[in-house]
Amino acid sequence: MSLTVISAQLLTSLVAEGDGSTFETPGTSDFWWPLFGGDSNWAFTRPSAVMLLTVVVLGWFFVSTSRRLALVPSKRQWLAEQTYDFVRNTIARDVIGTKDFKRFLPLLFTLFTLILLNNVAGIIPFIQYPTTSRIAFPIVLTLIVYITYHAVAIKAKGGVGKYLGSMIPPGLPGWLKPIMFVLELLTYFFVRPLTLALRLFGNMMAGHLMLLVFIIGGEYLLLHGSAPLKGAGVLSFGFSILMTAFELLIEFLQAFIFTMLTALYLADAVSEHH
Amino acid sequence: MTGSIAYLGYGLAAIGPGIGIGLIFAAYINGVARQPEARGMLQTIAFTGMALTEALAILGLVFAFVFKG
Repeated sequence: MSLTVISAQLLTSLVAEGDGSTFETPGTSDFWWPLFGGDSNWAFTRPSAVMLLTVVVLGWFFVSTSRRLALVPSKRQWLAEQTYDFVRNTIARDVIGTKDFKRFLPLLFTLFTLILLNNVAGIIPFIQYPTTSRIAFPIVLTLIVYITYHAVAIKAKGGVGKYLGSMIPPGLPGWLKPIMFVLELLTYFFVRPLTLALRLFGNMMAGHLMLLVFIIGGEYLLLHGSAPLKGAGVLSFGFSILMTAFELLIEFLQAFIFTMLTALYLADAVSEHH
Repeated sequence: MTGSIAYLGYGLAAIGPGIGIGLIFAAYINGVARQPEARGMLQTIAFTGMALTEALAILGLVFAFVFKG
C-alpha cells in the first residue's frame, strides 16, 4: 500500500515539475515525506517505512541464514559470514582488544548492519531514501551508544566519582588539571554524541541532496534549456550516475566510521587507565 | 545579491578541518606503507584523530544553521 502512495506522490511531483518552467532548487523540505497521518509531528513518514523494511529484511536474512549453516557455505551464508567477520575482527577485536570485545559484538554488529542498509537504501531503486538523512534516526542510535558507553565506564571504573576522576590524564602539572578536566568533560558528554549523530546525518543528507541537484537540474536543463544547455543536462545526468557510485562508497564509510567510533568509545570505557 | 552569509562562513570554517584530515590520513598512509603490520593500531589512532578534527567542521555546520536566521 505504501508503495502505491509513494509512486502516486512521485508522479504528482513529476507532473508538477514538468509543466512549470521555473527551476525549483531542491532543499531540505524535499526530505519531508508523510505517508499517513497528514502533516503532523506524528505522521508515518517514508523514512519510517524504509526503517521498518530494513529491520524486517535484516532480521529475516540473518535468522534464516544462521538456521541453515553448512560446512560448505552457500552464497548467502558467505555474505553473512563476511559481514560478521568484518565487524568482529576489523572493528571490534582490533579496537577494543581481545579481552573485552565479545560482549559488545551484538551492539556493534546491529549498529553496523542497520546503518549500512539504511544508508544504502538511498541508492536502491524505488526505495531511494537514506533513512539516516533525517536527524531523528541518528539521534536515537547515538542515544543508545551514549548511554551504553557511560554505563560501561561507570561500571568498569567503579562509581561515578572515579569515572570523573579518570578523565584527568595522570602526570599533569597541577595548574593544568582543571583546564584538562573541563575539556575532557565537554568531550565525553557533549562533543562525542553531537559529532557522532551529526556526522552520519550531515553526510547522508548532503550526499542525497547532491544527487537531487544533479538529477533535477539535469532534467530541467534537458527539457527546458536551449540547445547548448541540453548538452550540459546530459552531462549532469552522467555525473549523477558517477555520484551514485561515489555515494555507495560514502554510505559504507559512514556506517564503518559510526561503528568504529562506537567501538573506540567503548574501548575507552573499559580500559583500566585513562 | 541576497542570501545568508552563515553558509559562506561555514565554507571558510571547513578549510581548517579539511587540511587537518588530509594531514592525518597522509600520515596514516605513510605509516602503513612503511610498516604494513602496524595497520590495525594506526587505524585506531587515525580514526580518533579524524573524529576530533571533523568535530570542528561539524560544529561549524551547526553554527551555520544557528546563525542563519
